[in-house]
This record gives sequence, C-alpha cells and structure tokens, in this order.
Amino acid sequence: MTQFETVTIDTDLLICGGGMAACGAAVEASYWAKQHGLKVTLVDKAAMDRSGAVAMGLSAINQYVDLNSGNNTLKDYCDYVRNDLMGITREDLVANIARHVDSTVHLFEKWGLPIWKDKDGNYVHEGRWQLMINGESYKVIVAEAAKNALAEAGGQYFERVFITHPLVEDGRCVGAIGFSVRENKVYVFRAKATLVAMGGAVHVFKPRSTGEGFGRSWYPPFNSGASAFFTIYGGAEMTCQEVRFIPVRFKDAYGPVGAWFLLFKAMATNAQGGNYMKENAAELDKWQPYGKVKPAPANIRNWLMMLDVMEGKSPIYMQTAAAIKQIADAIPDEKDANKKLKELEAEAWEDFLDMTISQAILWAATNTEPEKKPSEIMACDPYFIGSHSGASGAWLSGPEDLQTAQTKSEYFWGYAHMTTVSGMFAAGDASGASSHKFSSGSHAEGRIAAKAAIAYIKDHPEAPKVDPAKVQALQAEILKPLETFTTHKGATTDPDINPNYIRPKQFMYRLQKIMDEYAGGVSSQFKTSDKLLERGMELLAFLKEDQAHLAAETLHELMRCWENVHRMYQADAHMRSILFREETRWPGYYFRSDKPSMDNENWLAFCNCKYNPETGEWQMIKRPVKYITQ
Amino acid sequence: MPSYVIPDKCDGCKALDKTACQYICPNDLMVLDKQTMKAYNQDPAMCWECYSCVKICPNQAIEVRGYADFVPMGASVTAMRSSEDIMWTLQFRDKTIKPKRFKFPHRRGVQEGKAAPFTHYPTGDADLKSPTLMGEPASLNTERGKIKIDKVLTL
Repeated sequence: MTQFETVTIDTDLLICGGGMAACGAAVEASYWAKQHGLKVTLVDKAAMDRSGAVAMGLSAINQYVDLNSGNNTLKDYCDYVRNDLMGITREDLVANIARHVDSTVHLFEKWGLPIWKDKDGNYVHEGRWQLMINGESYKVIVAEAAKNALAEAGGQYFERVFITHPLVEDGRCVGAIGFSVRENKVYVFRAKATLVAMGGAVHVFKPRSTGEGFGRSWYPPFNSGASAFFTIYGGAEMTCQEVRFIPVRFKDAYGPVGAWFLLFKAMATNAQGGNYMKENAAELDKWQPYGKVKPAPANIRNWLMMLDVMEGKSPIYMQTAAAIKQIADAIPDEKDANKKLKELEAEAWEDFLDMTISQAILWAATNTEPEKKPSEIMACDPYFIGSHSGASGAWLSGPEDLQTAQTKSEYFWGYAHMTTVSGMFAAGDASGASSHKFSSGSHAEGRIAAKAAIAYIKDHPEAPKVDPAKVQALQAEILKPLETFTTHKGATTDPDINPNYIRPKQFMYRLQKIMDEYAGGVSSQFKTSDKLLERGMELLAFLKEDQAHLAAETLHELMRCWENVHRMYQADAHMRSILFREETRWPGYYFRSDKPSMDNENWLAFCNCKYNPETGEWQMIKRPVKYITQ
Repeated sequence: MPSYVIPDKCDGCKALDKTACQYICPNDLMVLDKQTMKAYNQDPAMCWECYSCVKICPNQAIEVRGYADFVPMGASVTAMRSSEDIMWTLQFRDKTIKPKRFKFPHRRGVQEGKAAPFTHYPTGDADLKSPTLMGEPASLNTERGKIKIDKVLTL
C-alpha cells in the first residue's frame, strides 16, 4: 500500500470550493480578515481560473436588480422568484442576495469584465434582470480578484485538493478533510468556521447522450454533489431536495436560449408551427395562482412544451429565422437593416461561443445558419442547483434585519447564511430556497456568508477541537478504494471485470439508471410515483452497501469514487423528499402520477430533511412558508 | 475526442513549470504522458468541451472534435485567445458556406493580474454585524442611476 503524507492546515476560515460563490467569499472574507488579523484558506478541486459552473464563461449576467435605477424594488425581485418557484421560497434569503448583487456586478466591471453599454452609456439589458456581457473570461477575472484578495490579506489557496468529508465535533463544524489529486497527500483543514461553496450536482440522473457526448450536460459534469454531501453528512438540515432543475435548451448541445427568447423575441413552436404556450394555455388553470403570472414559471413553460412532446408534436423548434427577419423588417433603411443583421448574427454566435461552444460546433456541423432555418430545442436532464430555477441546498439562517415578528423564530438563528450546524456556512448552489441568484448572486451570497462567518469567528475564537482518532479513521476510509484495487486486481485478467469490486464509472451508471427509471428521469418523461420511488429506494440501498467495494487505480479515479458517493447522497435526499411531498407542484420538473395536482392547503410548505451520519437515518421535516412581502 | 492533442505541436510544456492543459482542466481530464511527453484527454466522455485547455495551450496544440455520438463530422470551431480578445473561426460541414470569423473582447480596462479587490469603493462602516459589505453602500450606485442608495436596503 502506497504511503500517504498527512498535511494539516490550521486556519480561521476555510472556504471549500473555487467557483463564483467561493470567489465572492474569498474577496469579502479577506477584506474583513485583514482588519481583524484572521487567516482565510480556500481549497478547490480544480484550478480557480476555470473552476465551477462559469468555467467556460457566460454571455449574460442573469441577476442584476438595478435598484439604483428606480425601476425595480427588492419586492419586485421577491415576487418574481416566489412565483417562479410556485410559492416555495425564502424571501429573506432572496432579498438578502438581491440587495447586494448590484454591488457585486459593479465590482466585476471594475475588475475588467466588459459589460455591454448602449450609446448613452447604460448597461444593455437582455431582459428585466439580465445584462449582456463579453463573458469569455468572466471566471478568470473573478478568480483573479479572489486570489489577489487572499494574497493581500495573507491568506492561502490550494488547488487540486478534493474535499471528501466535513469534520464535525459536538455539533460544530471544525473543518474538512480531502486529498490531493496530484500527489499522495491527505489534507486535514482545521477551521473555526467553514464555508461550503462546492457547486450543485450533475450526472445524478442519466443524461440524454449515450456515448462520447455523456459529458455535455447543461450544467458541468464536474459539479458532482460535493456541497450536498458535505452539508448532509455534516448533519445540516436540508431544504427543497425534491426540487430539481430541468432547463429547456437547444437540443443535444444545450446551448443557451435566453438571448433568443429575451433579446431577439423568438417564438418556440411545435412541428406544426403551433405555439404551445398559447395552444396549451387552458392547462394553466390547474397550476393557479402561479400558472398565469408573467413571466410564466420556468417549470410551467417546460410543462406546456412537454405536453406537446407527449402528444407526438415534436420536434419543437426555436424560430430563429423568423425572429431575425422580424427585427430586420422593423428597420426601413436597407443598409441599416443589413448592418443590424450582421450585428445580430455575431451576437447569436457569441452567445454560444461565450458559454456553450459545443452548440456552435453542432450548428456548424449541421450547416445551421440561424437566419435561414429554425433549430430544435428540448428539455435537458435533471440537475440539482440552488440557483436558477432550482432550489435544492442547505437550510440557512436569514439575516436578522429582514425578518418580521412572524418569520424570525423560523428563519433566524444568529448568523446570516449559516446552516443548522454551528460554524458551517453555505452559498451559491450549496444554499437552498434562494433561487435565481445565478453567477452574480452566487458571488454576492458568498460575500454575505463570508462576512457573517468572520463575525462568527470573532464570537467563537477558541481553537477547533479535532479528534485525531476520527481523522485517522476517515483517512483510512477515504483511501480504501485504492487498497481495494491493489488487493484484488490480480484476481482476473481484466481490471474492469472483477467480482471483488466496482469501479466508479459503473457505480455512477447504476445510480443514474435507478434515478432515470424510478425517480422520473429523461426516459420516464420526468414521471414517477410513490411505488416507483419506494422500489427505487430499495435498489439505492444495495448501491449504498456496495459503496464499501469501490475501487480506484489512480488518484483521479479515487476522486471519481467520492464524487459518485456524493451524488448518491443527493439522490437519496431527492427520492425521500419527492415521496414526502404528497402532491405535484412543479409539473415541468417532475410529475407524481399518484398525486397529480397541486395541494396548496397542505403543501405550501418546505420539505426539509436531516441525515444522522451515526445511525444512517433520515428525518423528514415540514416547515412553514412565511412571506415577508405579503 | 472532444479535446484532442496534435502530437507535432505538443511539446509537453517542457519549458514551463507545469503542463498548462493538465493544470487548467476543470474536470481533471488532461494528462501528460511522461514517456512521449505529449498530453492527452484521459476520459473524453466526461469532457464538457469548455475549451479551457484549447485556450491555455501555448502551442495551439489542442483542438476539439465534436462529440461523435451526435455531431456530424467535418465542422470545426477554433479559438485564439490573447490577453484582451478572443478570435473564433467556424468552419461548416458544408464547405460552400463561408467560414465565419468573430473577434470578441474578454477583458477591458484592467491589465491581466491587476484586478484590485478592495479599493474601488469606500466601505460605509466597520461593524462586523451590520449588513454593509465591503464597498457598500457606495458600490450599490452607478453614476447614471436616478436613486442614490445611502444604506443597504431592507424590504
């Protein structure tokens, strides 16, 4: 057995993750830590310049509330988010992010991010809340500011160190443990507070692709459930674990549709040219009071499209050519119109090249010129994210100053954006019930949580107590797949087929098949039921037992082992929560055929859950939805 | 293979302290074969086609071939990234369609490495328990806004 060195790092604040939320946390924490003589440490499984969901870049900033213009209020944003999530949202968290996000966007511009401006110097809006950017290097720029902040405050960052488990003692989070994916080292971080920002979970469900395109998920395949596992296994209460996000995107390569819908005002139709949003409008009555709000909730738009798909009216098309023609036709002068067409063409391609280059390849490979013919769109596979129109994540304390007399006892316990585990904070895709934060709001939430974590550290200055015996046991558990492989590899002539172990790729396929067929994945048209879920959970229990037989040949494969364990816990929480909520509330995300309608009387409530790592038992908890704006 | 390495161009980043593509890949896919001193993608089916390796390669030795299970052959999208702009060249499968070339900015006004995290706006108070984040409330405003926000808003 190869020997591993154990490296112990002591810090005041530990930031787990390197994406938008973690970078926001690094900047804000460093600012306050510098003044108070504290140390901040960030640990990332990849390289910060290109880690997280914004690795490729983005063509828009999707949350800019523009409060300073006087056109929008915090209440407007809360209304938008509450309706989009069919009433299930924490307005205190949503408003907290919304009141800080503009400041974060203004900082991005100061750090060098090109934001589109019109001839009068105003930002170009894609939609009411969205700004257009030249965002190829969005993440590089944001990471640069984070690294510079850490350097100025005497902090540290580690890249290519993969965090597997939280360290929790007596109900307090005291750090994290993981390993280097480059050298034989286990890392133990001992921290007074820990901020979880390791992204969402992709590849819990089977994607549509079958071969090489497996990695072309809409959200990145390296978002592998680390945040969910960390908070679940640390004993934190979780929320909205039943809410998965299924975006509708250009088919197969999953290129963005936002610019086409919002900026170019394109229409989506079925194969016969029918507008499903109009033709299926009667369905909206079933999902009131949310069905008829404008804009229609994302899951309801999905649902009206899926109805057409289920009726055999596919393919569904984005009418790109008609949209471009309409814009050009509105310009009377032919020369001006041609110039505008050229601009639109560049904008359309940049939209892909900034954030989903595969879509540009697919259009080029299918000879698609968007001004000449329409393009197919389709619902992706289910993802777990705390942002966008998703909501899954840890259950957090809100800020004190946004509570009302009615909400304070439920939604506030001392530090903004802290989980129910003392000293464990969460932001971005790790935090639940605060949807529509996107890249900019995730950065803002990282900042909010970081400042609160620094305040927590000042109030709790005692050194974290970490039990060395527990760390040793965890280290052995973390490295076990390497040992399993070494011990048993000689038993067969093919290292992939061995009755003594399972390799992480097959383990992931097994998880995905269970979720796809029993929990409402792509091949079941997102439909499930109590009986299907119960059977799925039986099969998941076998998988959980087989975790003990995971095998890894290399450090890379060891990371894959733990990524898939992380995904499995997300899957477990998901199935239990769908089963617990006895209704269908987001028909375009999942449909419970045994409970086919929405039940506002009983289920306008949060479905929370909590895992006990000692016993392996789950507790399901119903918590009231309490609004602040109404 | 989604990203693939052209052997004649890859020099294994011998002159650098680390292999650039291996350093940057967000999914830990690019590895250097120490025998041949050439890099390769160790698990193409886990590739997001994010082009991070393509953009960082000092020798332009990495390109992307669309996922073979759903992308027809013959098209290409290549990237050339400089310190402030990125240039894209798109070749269609049908070679009678004129290739497209676009140049977009990706950074403006701040030299690479020089993003100053703390100094753009004054911070209103030093109270760790207040909702005021670094640079607020000044950073909540733009010069063109109609409203002047002088403290962090509440509902």
